[in-house]
Amino acid sequence: MSELVPEPRQKPAVPMKPMGINANLLGYIGIDTIIEQMRKKTMKTGFDFNIMVVGQSGLGKSTLVNTLFKSQVSRKSSGWNREEKIPKTVEIKAIGHVIEEGGVKMKLTVIDTPGFGDQINNENCWEPIEKYINEQYEKFLKEEVNIARKKRIPDTRVHCCLYFISPTGHSLRPLDLEFMKHLSKVVNIIPVIAKADTMTLEEKTEFKQRVRKELEVNGIEFYPQKEFDEDLEDKTENDKIRESMPFAVVGSDKEYQVNGKRVLGRKTPWGIIEVENLTHCEFALLRDFVIRTHLQDLKEVTHNIHYETYRAKRLNDNGGLPPMTVETEENHESNL
Amino acid sequence: TAAADGAALGEGCRTVPLSGHVGFDSLPDQLVNKSVNHGFCFNILCVGETGLGKSTLMDTLFNTKFEGDPASHSQPGVQLKSNTYDLQESNVNLKLTIVSTVGFGDQINKEDSYKPIVEFIDAQFEAYLQEELKIKRVLHNYHDTRIHACLYFIAPTGHSLKSLDLVTMKKLDSKVNIIPIIAKSDAISKSELTKFKIKITSELVSNGVQIYQFPTDDESVAEINGTMNAHLPFAVIGSTEELKIGNKMMKARQYPWGTVQVENETHCDFVKLREMLIRVNMEDLREQTHTRHYELYRRCKLEEMGFKDTDPDSKPFSLQETYEAKRNEFLGELQKKEEAMRQMFVQRVKEKEAELKEAEKELHEKFDRLKKLHQDEKKKLEDKKKSLDDEVNAFKQRKTAAELLQSQAQQAGGSQTLKRDKERKK
Repeated sequence: MSELVPEPRQKPAVPMKPMGINANLLGYIGIDTIIEQMRKKTMKTGFDFNIMVVGQSGLGKSTLVNTLFKSQVSRKSSGWNREEKIPKTVEIKAIGHVIEEGGVKMKLTVIDTPGFGDQINNENCWEPIEKYINEQYEKFLKEEVNIARKKRIPDTRVHCCLYFISPTGHSLRPLDLEFMKHLSKVVNIIPVIAKADTMTLEEKTEFKQRVRKELEVNGIEFYPQKEFDEDLEDKTENDKIRESMPFAVVGSDKEYQVNGKRVLGRKTPWGIIEVENLTHCEFALLRDFVIRTHLQDLKEVTHNIHYETYRAKRLNDNGGLPPMTVETEENHESNL
Repeated sequence: TAAADGAALGEGCRTVPLSGHVGFDSLPDQLVNKSVNHGFCFNILCVGETGLGKSTLMDTLFNTKFEGDPASHSQPGVQLKSNTYDLQESNVNLKLTIVSTVGFGDQINKEDSYKPIVEFIDAQFEAYLQEELKIKRVLHNYHDTRIHACLYFIAPTGHSLKSLDLVTMKKLDSKVNIIPIIAKSDAISKSELTKFKIKITSELVSNGVQIYQFPTDDESVAEINGTMNAHLPFAVIGSTEELKIGNKMMKARQYPWGTVQVENETHCDFVKLREMLIRVNMEDLREQTHTRHYELYRRCKLEEMGFKDTDPDSKPFSLQETYEAKRNEFLGELQKKEEAMRQMFVQRVKEKEAELKEAEKELHEKFDRLKKLHQDEKKKLEDKKKSLDDEVNAFKQRKTAAELLQSQAQQAGGSQTLKRDKERKK
């Protein structure tokens, strides 16, 4: 007879000696080394990150992505021809590159959506995008449900969707609202105001406020979503970020000499706009936010929340029963 | 090369150079910080006979007095006792669960001793699998109770492994990371210890027992892990008592002939065990449990229930619901069988009843027959008795009549008549 009761009571153990950080101090166990162990393992396996850019053509999407990752990772750089015609429907083009920095390898996939919002009639142009996003969830789910699973399921799910808002200075367009309303439920949306060098500081502030208000009124939750703040610390940090979104950005892959330094910028007759200068635009804020502090969180929210929502809905819809495929008899019998 | 690595990671993606600092090198830190906030959990299973110092070793490893009284030797069967503790070091919170066997090796018949252990390990896998199969699941907040490391305590006999040890380890090696250790090794001398270790290792190999190998694929730890692999099984001593040696307080055991220092590497392998189990390979142990042992369990369990992998065209389904459906199907079949058996039972009972009734009837008939026979006999006898009685009565009457005649004749004729009667009577 065995007692199969693993009681997860949290009994505080009574330490015999105070725990110290110094290994020479009596009482050091070495539990904190797990951080190093974990870090080594993750560096070995590498990371992947999938970012989607959505917006009308000409808003500088490809340039911005190249600026964000300081390399030629967008579709524009991989054989895209500037004279290429605008597609008649929304196309989804995903291109992957491997980039490495400080020993950390990352497979970056940039998903471009040419044709979005460019037609005369743009009804339902978000559908191909929603379909693509759900297809990636489906792919992952299929792998996860396999009996013999891969050690590492390839992750093609969209972790982050940058939505480019046209800098009209007035308000959001109906298309913007429609897109974000539909997609904010399935993917992390980060709205950005593109080509922000066409607005003055006051115009920028007012526009941002209006946009935030409109998003709130329409019940659109952009990333970082309020409902996923884990604790007070998260909330305070994210509140600050939410208050300054959407970031007004300028992108550039050209370098100029300013005050003896080489900086990325845009040269105009009235001056050089420095991309990474916080007084000029908020590119640096966007970069720090997306890459340096919240990249892992973007992936986790995608995995723990958006993917789980998709999975739950999918399994519920299917009635929990195996599919009845007519194709082959083998198939028919295989799941019962 | 970077290109080759890119191929492994990106399956055909080019590697592109960066023209400046992007900042995603903070990714490991981001990930680690999230894990730290979340906390870690580590579950150790200690398998070994009563009295081999399992609890003491745990206390020594984690510098803590974990609760619990020493077990007795009179347990009727093997049980598992589990306790969870929250430990903290720097900013790391560890939820440590220690599971110990109670009464292992104490029974006279130890054939089934390994079963409760295997069942326990499987139960943890099952719990995780159930959570994973749920439709609405909370995997990232799930308290993982799967056993990450199994310390198998070998008695310091100095000779070889006991058959109980071999049988148990063979049953466990595909389910958990086994780290064999020689307990209370201060009972063995150094030369005996070397021979003992060699004997144990060769026995494990010849019986095909797969013990946990410290990983050697990462250059930074390959060397130390490789060396340590050669020192298995670790000969350990546990002690929570501290004695002053030189000018320092150390964990030690005091004997009349000297003091054994726990953390002295020339005295025992305790430091090596701690290094390997906690400071170098804790994360790998967790990973192996999840990617190898759990996956194997999951695959076997699902295959056992008749699931097969679908082809890429068909849609996924809820394994849990199908599992439930199958279970209900199985229960339904059982119920049908039960019903059928019940029917048969009822049938048999009826038949038997009929048989018995028949027999009863026969008996009654027989009884009646016998009774009648008896009555007939009785009547016959009574008739006979009556006729005999009649005869007796008739005889009595004749006798009386004759006597009467005789007395009359005597009165009338005298001796003449008597003479005549006598002659006549002759």
